[in-house]
Amino acid sequence: MKRARQKVVVENEAPQTSQKSKKQRTCLYGSLFGESDLHASVDWGSLPHHVILRVFQFLPLVDRARASSVCRRWNEVFHIPDLWRRFEFELSQPATSYLKSTHPDLIQQIIKRHADHLQYVSFKVDSSTESAEAACDILSQLVNCSIKTLGLISTAKPSFMNVSKAHFASALTVVFVNSKSLSSIKVDDTPLDDPSLKVLVANNSDTLKLLKMSSCPHVSPAGILCVADQCHGLKELALNYYILSDELLLALSSEKHVDLEHLRIDVVSENPGQVEFHTIKKQSWDALVKHSPKVNIVMYFFLYEEEFDAFFREETPVTHLYFGRAVSKAMLGRIGMNCPRLIELVVCANGLQPLDDELIQIAERCKNLTAMGLGECEVTCRGFIEFVKMCGGRLTQLSIMEEVLIPDNDYNLDRLHLEVSKHLGRMWFPDMMPTW
Amino acid sequence: LGALRWHFLLQSLEDLQKNLCQLGSCLLVIQGEYERVLRDHIQKWNITQVTLDAEMEPFYKEMEANIRRLGEELGFEVLSLVGHSLYDTKRILDLNGGTPPLTYKRFLHILSLLGDPEVPVRNLTAEDFQRCRPPDPGLAECYRVPLPVDLEIPLESLSPWRGGETEGLQRLEQHLTDQGWVTSFTKPRTIPNSLLPSTTGLSPYFSTGCLSVRTFFYRLSNIYAQAKHHSLPPVSLQGQLLWREFFYTVASATPNFTKMAGNPICLQINWYEDAERLHKWKTAQTGFPWIDAIMTQLRQEGWIHHLARHAVACFLTRGDLWISWEEGMKVFEELLLDADYSINAGNWMWLSASAFFHQYTRIFCPVRFGKRTDPEGQYIRKYLPVLKNFPSKYIYEPWTASE
Repeated sequence: MKRARQKVVVENEAPQTSQKSKKQRTCLYGSLFGESDLHASVDWGSLPHHVILRVFQFLPLVDRARASSVCRRWNEVFHIPDLWRRFEFELSQPATSYLKSTHPDLIQQIIKRHADHLQYVSFKVDSSTESAEAACDILSQLVNCSIKTLGLISTAKPSFMNVSKAHFASALTVVFVNSKSLSSIKVDDTPLDDPSLKVLVANNSDTLKLLKMSSCPHVSPAGILCVADQCHGLKELALNYYILSDELLLALSSEKHVDLEHLRIDVVSENPGQVEFHTIKKQSWDALVKHSPKVNIVMYFFLYEEEFDAFFREETPVTHLYFGRAVSKAMLGRIGMNCPRLIELVVCANGLQPLDDELIQIAERCKNLTAMGLGECEVTCRGFIEFVKMCGGRLTQLSIMEEVLIPDNDYNLDRLHLEVSKHLGRMWFPDMMPTW
Repeated sequence: LGALRWHFLLQSLEDLQKNLCQLGSCLLVIQGEYERVLRDHIQKWNITQVTLDAEMEPFYKEMEANIRRLGEELGFEVLSLVGHSLYDTKRILDLNGGTPPLTYKRFLHILSLLGDPEVPVRNLTAEDFQRCRPPDPGLAECYRVPLPVDLEIPLESLSPWRGGETEGLQRLEQHLTDQGWVTSFTKPRTIPNSLLPSTTGLSPYFSTGCLSVRTFFYRLSNIYAQAKHHSLPPVSLQGQLLWREFFYTVASATPNFTKMAGNPICLQINWYEDAERLHKWKTAQTGFPWIDAIMTQLRQEGWIHHLARHAVACFLTRGDLWISWEEGMKVFEELLLDADYSINAGNWMWLSASAFFHQYTRIFCPVRFGKRTDPEGQYIRKYLPVLKNFPSKYIYEPWTASE
């Protein structure tokens, strides 16, 4: 199951910043009007706009909104475009959501007065279709905008998938056509389709730098190829494996194309054994790495153990590997053989056979490995220590669940953590789950 | 509280009553709101001292404060001592700069600075009661331990777990010998039998106060000391006590610990509201035999192995149903014999990845995790008799079997 994103809501910053702001106001006041007036009655409404603007920039929206009702000048400042460049619309249904929603009146105000000013926009929606539809409605009204970054974020279920394709496409089209300078787009888990991508490309090919579209089932290999062919400034791309093609990699490696920095590929199967996976030719990967030697190639696998056969039969330049479900022992063996650029490896689960040999081979051949996470598998203590010894201090992140480690005749867990700490050059402990 | 928990509590009180009688004293159980009870009885019985365990949960901290105030008003002494935990949690907080350690390793480090906990006090003998007035037989009848019928719960508990210090001490002895520590120090790799009702499990006895955690701690320490010639067992053998202490410490210093809203250590997550799915999880009707077997054991017996708790907690929250951990916590509070304010909430937050983060989050698969633990599915067969004769190959995922 694909993991949903979470965001921490930072609260209660207001009190500190308000105090800071108050102090600033008093100091500025002192220097503007002279010492003797400090004790006279204060006319806060006469502060210059730029001063109030500076103060407002420290305040969260809720406090700014309150401040805007104080007097006309403060209200004017509240509406200065600079304060409306960045906005995150939070859309939830109160009956079913734990989290708060952006007030509808505020949304109306923004559309009426600030649509032109918006440049960095995101929509956080809960799992209800109504919220996703509301997001699309707002997008449809941003006609005079010149948006640079757009993010559609489903905080729970992928609710955008329940919006009709037509509604979604027309909302996106409004933004794609009118913005003409979009540089970053995050539309994972949406009904994005090929025609919409064409519109995106037709209007923003010079400026597009980042496109994240994992789990967009209506996009075809041809659709994304169109983007790679035309958007030569594209540096970051996230997509699903089924639309990755040799042609795409070659297009991203063409002379006109900038260096690719980050390529994320999600490999997903819905039912065991049902999906066959096409292979990417080694030459295509080679071309990509030759063109962009520093590129991070990140692959997230959500497959069952029997489905890995097609992967890593030849050298593959992947740098970050995450196995979200299980991974077969054979696959881990092939990773050791064929992934020399590997930097980070995370294994969620494996079987009951110890993975000592596979780990040692990875230590030997993946000389760039600096981070490793192991959960729900088996490794003997001696095998693990051997692995750590071979990697040495280059392992800046090493995370293993305590119960993965099998004590043997040479080592138990207490001795192990001392040995490992010695080889890593820092204090290290395995991860523990609480004994409930 | 569910019926099983009431039974356990009543059994524990009966046991205490019996043990006190043998020493020449007795137990008087007064029912009612504590302030009312104290006001009524202080003068009637000439009470000069009220003692209680030093409290850590908000409700009981407030109760202790109120009792102290009453003490000043009505003229009795209040004595509270640390008994429910290994250490005085305030000292742990002080050593960590006033805040609770949020990682287990940091916590262990702080404990190492504190040294060993205080030794348990010696056992009571009849001599201790000789200076006390013998109990009035009339009173003993009036204030006896309530019976199930008084509380309107079913007459018998079907749980194999019986409350009381006597039972607890027996289990303690068995726990220490059965672990086979004196002979070998290897951790069992596959543990199908551990899922079954444990004859050596101790958690409900700690949580109700039938057993002293310090007693257990020192019994374990003695075993380590004797086994010097062997390599030391992993710290996790004492882990049950230390994790308990960890959660008590965090809970004592964190407002709104049992809620997401207003809880400073808890991620604010947009959980789904889904009463139907929550009900199915609670009543063992999810369709995943591993999950349903665990929830069945929980309801029938009041205890499940800690790995089973991980499995169902993960399933309800971040793993599958995406329902709030607060809902799961409430169900555990009703059904688990050892449910405890701090430990229950703390573990639920941990399993739902709401707090206490790891580098990489762990999700337990409702099919694979059970298969690893008990490949033949014996646990499932026992608690879901409808699947008793199902082939092991499909018992964790019956939908994959052909018609």
